[in-house]
Amino acid sequence: MEIFVQQLINGLVLGSIYALVALGYTMVYGILELINFAHGEVTMMGAMVALAVIGAIAGSALDLPGLLVVLAGVMVAIPACMALGYTIEKVAYRPLRRAPRLAPLITAIGVSIVLQNTAMLIWGRQYVSFPPLIPQNSHAILGAHITDLQIFIILLSLLIMAGLWLLVQKTSLGRAMRATAQSKEVAALMGVNVDRVISATFLIGSALAAVAGVMVSAYYGLAHYYMGFMLGLKAFSAAVLGGIGNIGGAMLGGLLLGVIEALGAGYIGDLTGGFLGSHYQDVFAFFVLILVLVFRPSGLLGERVASRA
Amino acid sequence: MPDLSLPRSRAAALAALIVLAALLAVLPFLTEAALGRSWVRVLDFALLYIILALGLNIVVGYAGLLDLGYVAFYALGAYLYAWLASPHFGLHLPFWAILPLGAVLAGVFGVLLGAPTLRLRGDYLAIVTLGFGEIIRIFMNNLNAPVNITNGPQGINLIDPVSVAGLSFGKTQQVLGLTVSSAHFYYYLFLAFTLVTLFIAYRLQDSRIGRAWVAIREDEVAAAAMGINTRNVKLLAFAMGAVFGGVAGGLFAAFQGFISPESFNLWESILILCMIVLGGMGHIPGVILGALLLTVLPEALRYLGDWQRIAFGQVYVEPTDLRMLLFGAALVLMMIYRPEGLIPSRQRKREFHAEDGVAEQEQASLYDTRV
Amino acid sequence: MLTVKAVSKHFGGIAALQAVSLEVRAAEIYGLIGPNGAGKTTLFNCMTGLYTVDAGEIRLAGAPVHNQKPHRIVARGFARTFQNIRLFANMSALENVQVGRHVRTRAGVWGAVLRDRRTRAEEADSRRRARELLDIVGLGHKARTLAGHLAYGEQRRLEIARALATEPRLLALDEPVAGMNPAERQQMRELFLRLRDQGLTLLLIEHDVKLVMGLCDRVAVLDYGRKIAEGSPSEVRRDPAVIAAYLGGEAA
Repeated sequence: MEIFVQQLINGLVLGSIYALVALGYTMVYGILELINFAHGEVTMMGAMVALAVIGAIAGSALDLPGLLVVLAGVMVAIPACMALGYTIEKVAYRPLRRAPRLAPLITAIGVSIVLQNTAMLIWGRQYVSFPPLIPQNSHAILGAHITDLQIFIILLSLLIMAGLWLLVQKTSLGRAMRATAQSKEVAALMGVNVDRVISATFLIGSALAAVAGVMVSAYYGLAHYYMGFMLGLKAFSAAVLGGIGNIGGAMLGGLLLGVIEALGAGYIGDLTGGFLGSHYQDVFAFFVLILVLVFRPSGLLGERVASRA
Repeated sequence: MPDLSLPRSRAAALAALIVLAALLAVLPFLTEAALGRSWVRVLDFALLYIILALGLNIVVGYAGLLDLGYVAFYALGAYLYAWLASPHFGLHLPFWAILPLGAVLAGVFGVLLGAPTLRLRGDYLAIVTLGFGEIIRIFMNNLNAPVNITNGPQGINLIDPVSVAGLSFGKTQQVLGLTVSSAHFYYYLFLAFTLVTLFIAYRLQDSRIGRAWVAIREDEVAAAAMGINTRNVKLLAFAMGAVFGGVAGGLFAAFQGFISPESFNLWESILILCMIVLGGMGHIPGVILGALLLTVLPEALRYLGDWQRIAFGQVYVEPTDLRMLLFGAALVLMMIYRPEGLIPSRQRKREFHAEDGVAEQEQASLYDTRV
Repeated sequence: MLTVKAVSKHFGGIAALQAVSLEVRAAEIYGLIGPNGAGKTTLFNCMTGLYTVDAGEIRLAGAPVHNQKPHRIVARGFARTFQNIRLFANMSALENVQVGRHVRTRAGVWGAVLRDRRTRAEEADSRRRARELLDIVGLGHKARTLAGHLAYGEQRRLEIARALATEPRLLALDEPVAGMNPAERQQMRELFLRLRDQGLTLLLIEHDVKLVMGLCDRVAVLDYGRKIAEGSPSEVRRDPAVIAAYLGGEAA
C-alpha cells in the first residue's frame, strides 16, 4: 500500500510535467498536423538556460533567497524558449507548410539534432546539477512521502493548465486557434491571421516547455543536453494517449502516463518474478503509445480528430 | 532500369565497367598509400553504410514508410553474430552460417514490428518505429541480469573475425606476397556484400513488387483499388529492409570485434536516414552518394581539430561534437532548399516541388478505419 | 453480374445511403445518376471495399463482396476508376498500367531478384498487355511519360487502361468523361460500347445526362442516398420523381 501511494505520488508529479510538454505537441499538431519533434529539445533548452542563470546567481556574491533565484532562472528561460520556438517555426516549418508530410518531419528531426548538439557544445557532455536552493520538506500521507517541491509541481501545473484552458476557451486568440485547427482555409477567410495564430501556438507551447524543463531538472536535481529526447518522446506518447490535437486529452494523457510509468516501474519486478527491473521504466511509455495507436488511434478523448474524417 | 549513365556503345560500357572494377579492386591500397590505414577502415564503414542505406531506402524511398527504428535490425544482426561467435556463450559458428540467420531474424522482427504499425499514418509510423528501436536498445542495455544475455552496457567483446578457408580476416597476413591488413580483407568482403545488395536493390526496383511499393507510396488508396494487398506489400518492404539491416549488423560485429548498445542508438537510425535524404530518396545512385558523403565527411572533419591547433594553438571545438550538429543543419537545409536530394530520380523532384498536399488529405479522409 | 441489396451507409448522423438496391446484368452499360451528394461515389466506395457497409449486401456474380478488402474485390474481377483521378503521378503511364497487372501476376521477391524464366515471361507479358491497353485508350505514344505530366483527359483515359489491366468482368467508372472535350467524349463513348460488345459489364457514374441517356442500357437514379428510379433511359426520363429531383426542366 505504501509503495502504491508513493508511486502514485511520483507518477502524478512526473505526469504533470509530461502534461505540460504534451500540451506543446498537441497544440501544434492540432493546428499544423505536424509532430514538432524538436519540442523535447526546447524543454531541454529551458532547463539548461534556467540552470545557467541559477548557477550564475548562486555562484555570485548576491545572497538572494533560493526560491527567488529559481524564479529568476524561470523568468529568463521562458522568453528564451519562446524565442526559440518562434524561430524554429519560422525557419524550419513555415517554408514547408505545403510540402509532403515527410518533409517537415525530417526537418523537425534536423532541428532537434541541432539543438541537442548546440546544447552539448555550450554546456558540455556532463550532467549539470541543480543547486540545492529548494528546501526539501517532506510530509507523510498514508505511509508515503511527498515533498514541498512535488506539491508545488503538481499545483503549478494544474494552475497553468487551467490558465491555458481559459485562454483557449474564452479569449479571441483561443477562438482563432480553435478555428485554425478546424480549417486553416476557412479561418483565413473569416479574417483570422493564420500565421500569427501558428506563431502564438509555438510561443505558448515553448513557454510551457520552459516551465516543464525547469520543473524536471529541479525534481531530478540535474539537467543534461540529452534529457529532451526521452522527455519529448514520453510527452508525445502522452499526447497521443489523450488524443492528439485535444488539449484536455494532453493533460489527462500526461497524468495517466506518469502514473502508469511509476506504477509499472514499481511493480514490474514483482510481475515478472524479478526478471525485469525498474530500469525498464522508459519502456512503458512506448508500449502505451503502441497499444493506443493500434487499438484506439484517436486516443482517449480524441473525438475531434475522428469526427473530421 | 539502371539509372547509371549509359555510354553509347557496348564496348564503351564494358571498358567503363572494367576501369571501375579495377579501381574498386585497388582502392584500399591506393587509400592506404595516400591517406594511411585508418582511411581503409573508413572505406569499410562507407561500404557498410551503403548496405544499410540501400536497405532503409527500400522502406523509406520505395514504399514511403518513414522508419526511424531501422537501427534495431542492425542491432539484432550484430547481437546474433556476437552470441553465436564469441566467448560470451562459448559458441563459435562460422560467419556464413550466422549471417543468413541474422537476415532471417531481422526479417521476422521487421514483420513483427510492421504488423501492428502499418495501419498508422506516416508520421505516427515514424514515432512508433522510433519507439521500437528504443525498446530494443533498452533491452540490450538491461538484459544482463538475472540471466546475462547481452552483457548490458559493457557489450560483448572478443567477437570472432570472419575467416574464409582458414584465413582469418582479423589480422594482417601475407597473401600472394602482399601484406594485407584486416581492414583490407573486410573491404573486399563488404564490397562483395555491397554489390549483392546493389544488385538486389536494382532488381527489386524494376519488378512487380517494386512497382507495388512505389504505387503505395504514391497513393495507397488507388494501390488497394488496383488489387494490391497493401498490408502484405508494406510488410514485405519492412522485412526486406530489415534483412539488409540484419546482415549489415552481423558484418559490423565481426569487423569491430566488439559491440555495445551505444552503437545502436536513435542517432544511428537518423544518420542512415540522412544519407537517403541527402542523396535523393528512392534513387539508388543518390543513396550511395549520400552514404559515402556522410561517412567520409565526418572523418575529414577530424582535420578541423588539427587546423584549429595550428591556427590557434588549441582545439576550441571538438570536431566530433560538430558532426551531428552539421548533420542536423544539413537535414533542415536539404528539406527546405533541395528536398529531392543531391542526385534525385526524375520522379521525386516533381513530387517534392508539387504545390499541394490535396491528394494526401483526400487519402486520409477517404479511407475507412479498416484495411 | 452485380447485385446490391438494401445497402446502407452512415457517416456520423448522416445517412449517405439508405437501403439502396440495384441489379447490374452481364454485358450491359448501367448508369448511376443523381444530383451532387446523392451518394453515387459513396456507393462506389462501398462496392469496391474502400468503405464498409453498415447494412445490406453486395454480390458479384453471386459471391458476396461487401466488407471485403479492396484487393480481393479486384481479384474477383471488379475494377474501378476515381472521380478525382488517383494515378501514381510519379510513375510512367506504362508503369501505372503495369501496376494494374499486379493482381494477375505472381512474381515475388525471389522472382524479382533471380529473374528466372517464369518471371521474365511474366514481365514481358505484363509490358505487352500494358502497351496494348495504352493503345486501346489512345495513349500508346505516351507510354514513358510520367502520369502526372499527362493532360487531364489523358489521365482519365490512363485510369481506364489501368483498371482494364486488372482484367475485370465489371468496370466501374466514376465520371469518366468529366473535363473532356466533345471529341474525347465521343472517343470514350465508342470505347465503352466496344468494351461492352466484348462482354465487359460497365457501371457508370456520370453527370453528362446526354451521354448517359444515349449510352446506357439501364439507369438508376439516386437522390439523398435513396434510389428513386431504375429502368431504361426512356423510362427514367419520364419518371416524375426523377424529373422533380434531378432532370428538372431539361427533360420536360
